[in-house]
Amino acid sequence: MDPIISVASIIGASLAIGLSTIGPGIGQGQAAGKALEGIARQPEEENKIRNTLLLSLAFMEALTIYGLVVSLALLFANPFDK
Amino acid sequence: MYITSILLNSIALPTKLEVGKHLYWNLGRFSLHGQVVIVTCTIIVLIILFSFLITYKLSLVPHYWQNFIEYILEFLINIIKDQLGENNYKEWIPFISTLFLFILGCNWIGIIIPWKLIKLPKGELSSPTNDINTTVALSLLTSIAYFYAGLNKKGIKYFKRYIYPIPFLFPIILLEDITKPLSLSFRLFGNIMADDLTISVLTRLVPILIPLPIMLLSIFTGLIQALIFSTLAVSYIAEALE
Repeated sequence: MDPIISVASIIGASLAIGLSTIGPGIGQGQAAGKALEGIARQPEEENKIRNTLLLSLAFMEALTIYGLVVSLALLFANPFDK
Repeated sequence: MYITSILLNSIALPTKLEVGKHLYWNLGRFSLHGQVVIVTCTIIVLIILFSFLITYKLSLVPHYWQNFIEYILEFLINIIKDQLGENNYKEWIPFISTLFLFILGCNWIGIIIPWKLIKLPKGELSSPTNDINTTVALSLLTSIAYFYAGLNKKGIKYFKRYIYPIPFLFPIILLEDITKPLSLSFRLFGNIMADDLTISVLTRLVPILIPLPIMLLSIFTGLIQALIFSTLAVSYIAEALE
């Protein structure tokens, strides 16, 4: 494989996964914070709040996973590889 | 593979990491990934055996295993009833429960049973949801299911949803039909493949104690991903039925 494509793939793969963790990280932190506030306010509703929190966290996690899939594809299943 | 072969061969380490190599079975014109078929058949046999053994002698006051399976069923029925409402939730229980149990079985069987002891000529046995083909098949099934739900209830008028409240959103709604199965499949595939890859790489570097917390996390992630997939499937069906 052309060396310039190898280098570009590596840089692209690392940027893909690196940048895609920023947004969901912030979002998940805020969601967890609000969930904690909710539990502190009404401790008897903890179960419902925790289940909703886990569901929301998984959705946000998926956004990071999309970036990870692109990164893995560039490293292990590179379309420019002959 | 050029990049990975440079990366992985530059350091001499005791364990081997194989990514992207599959055991291919060729049947005529089709070639299958053999390791996925083997583990999937094992899961199907296990689930059927489990259900059959527990329910062939049902008693009114449930004892240990029947109690457990009733708990799982009640949990799933709660999820389905929340989204679909009282009237038409009963006919979707088999589909969603099968989806949940199958995905849960697939995710957990790769982590709990030590498959590495069985040596294959090429590739290795692991979670079937590790392979993009399995997850795309499951998400296409979900897509067909919500189309079937909509067409069953409303007939050909189901296609009015592309145009009805706001006509100029037509391309977005059309795109949504493509991104729904895409996001479902990528979420499941990415999560399970990432966990497998992390465990493999960590085991290659530090084989002794460090991979254990990641394995526990993988068990938790497997459960959550199965739950997410089935919850989303139910919500798409509910959206098509309203």
